[in-house]
Amino acid sequence: MFETYVIPGLIILLQTLVLLVALLVFTAFILYADRKIWAAVQSRRGPNVVGPWGLLQSFADLLKFVLKEPIVPSGSNKGIFLLAPFVSATLALAAWAVIPLADGWSIASVNVGILYVFAISSLEVYGVIMAGWASNSKYPFLGALRSAAQMVSYEVSIGFVIVTVLLCVGSLNLSDIVMAQTDGIGTRLGLPNTFLDWHWLGLLPMFVIFFISALAETNRPPFDLVEAESELVAGHMIEYSSTPYMLFMLGEYIAILLMCALTTVLFLGGWLPPFDFAPFTWLPGIFWFVLKLCMVFFMISMVKAFVPRYRYDQLMRLGWKVFLPISLFMVFATAAFLKLTGWA
Amino acid sequence: MITGLGAAFFYLFAFIAILSAFMVIAARNPVHSVLYLILTFFNAAALFLLTGAEFLSMILLVVYVGAVAVLFLFVVMMLDVDFASMKRGALEYAPIGAVVGVVLAAELLIVLAGNATHIVAPAVTALPTPDPAVRHNTAALGDILYTDYIFYFQIAGMVLLVAMIGAIVLTLRAPRPNVKRQNMAGQVARTPADAIEVVDVETGKGI
Repeated sequence: MFETYVIPGLIILLQTLVLLVALLVFTAFILYADRKIWAAVQSRRGPNVVGPWGLLQSFADLLKFVLKEPIVPSGSNKGIFLLAPFVSATLALAAWAVIPLADGWSIASVNVGILYVFAISSLEVYGVIMAGWASNSKYPFLGALRSAAQMVSYEVSIGFVIVTVLLCVGSLNLSDIVMAQTDGIGTRLGLPNTFLDWHWLGLLPMFVIFFISALAETNRPPFDLVEAESELVAGHMIEYSSTPYMLFMLGEYIAILLMCALTTVLFLGGWLPPFDFAPFTWLPGIFWFVLKLCMVFFMISMVKAFVPRYRYDQLMRLGWKVFLPISLFMVFATAAFLKLTGWA
Repeated sequence: MITGLGAAFFYLFAFIAILSAFMVIAARNPVHSVLYLILTFFNAAALFLLTGAEFLSMILLVVYVGAVAVLFLFVVMMLDVDFASMKRGALEYAPIGAVVGVVLAAELLIVLAGNATHIVAPAVTALPTPDPAVRHNTAALGDILYTDYIFYFQIAGMVLLVAMIGAIVLTLRAPRPNVKRQNMAGQVARTPADAIEVVDVETGKGI
């Protein structure tokens, strides 16, 4: 009893705690990085007061949010109003259970890992919808409406991108997906294992579609119509203050990091080093994973700084009339290619 | 038979599922009902996972919870219903509800009794069951779906396609006049040559 349940249970609990703490601290610095990058593009200084170079700004913000008074509107549906930010933050964190940070470094290495992440990210819309409805106000509800339509639309193309990757890999386990990328275009050409083997090269159009769909799925600019401040003030988050608001922000950023991690695992070879020889293989897998994750986040951050917000009909057009046909065709083309050449 | 920790989790999920299923009909607010329905789905997915049907579990989450229930929730949220008046007439339908409930319960009992005495069609037992350690759930499902049952699978796909076309036809309207629409291809294809004209204006003349 004790050896079969309690000790493994405690180990899992400990692993989860370590991952959560590491993830939350990492998110604090990612938030800071996002603001700094955005500021640098606009020739501003960005946060530079708290701590050296403003490094502790996110922690000061955390204190500010926690110490303020949470205000619950009198016309709101109180239970759901307070539940919504928890749903948002918890779901975003839950998906990290299956992400392999290095070889064998995942809390749960499940056979349907990618489906699990897909399922959890499709549930994230509930936080927004519940907040939008429970606030009992017009702008939040409009934001929720937009969010649901947007997320459901872009999940379709994300689904097809994942199907294409699965066709090449033949497994739904995230670790298997990474390991499958040790063999690719580079090795077929007779080169040693390098970054040319990863899926980004062979599936370049899908990589681009996945990156853009990930922006839409996480409500990042230029697709942040859910909280477009010029039209909806802040969308579903208008009525929120203090800790509940912070949970929304946290959920949003962790969902973005999750999409970065998923891009890394699906297309950029996960924990694999860019060149499979001496100086590169000395560094542990987690280093390469975090480096790639930060790189993808940098791209997402730059998109926020560069690209103006889409109009809503343009967003829908892009999802249904451009990405869906292209990704559907690519599923067909990849399957035909794998079947005809016998690469799979 | 599930034992040990699995059994504990089974009872936990089953208890929450039944409780939230009861709350679906007991909740006063229809939006709360839908949210309880989603919780029921969620626990059903967890129960699938416990029995080893991991693919079904995840598909239940993606399709029902992630897509169907979202739209369902929206329809309920948009309805401007008077909850009190809706509840008032509910008792009139009680006999019909009771009949449906009895039929469902009877069917469930028959299935359970059949299971208990092991009356399973010989064709089902004759099918080779893959070893979960070698061929996991998702792959095994694919093996069967794309070989033995390919026609049923294709027919299901055709039915969905017809339904989709039907939904599109129902909502399709003829393009109204006097509505300005964005022509993306035209905008992208514009060049300075056909967009800008350089005019040499003579002083004091105007264009």
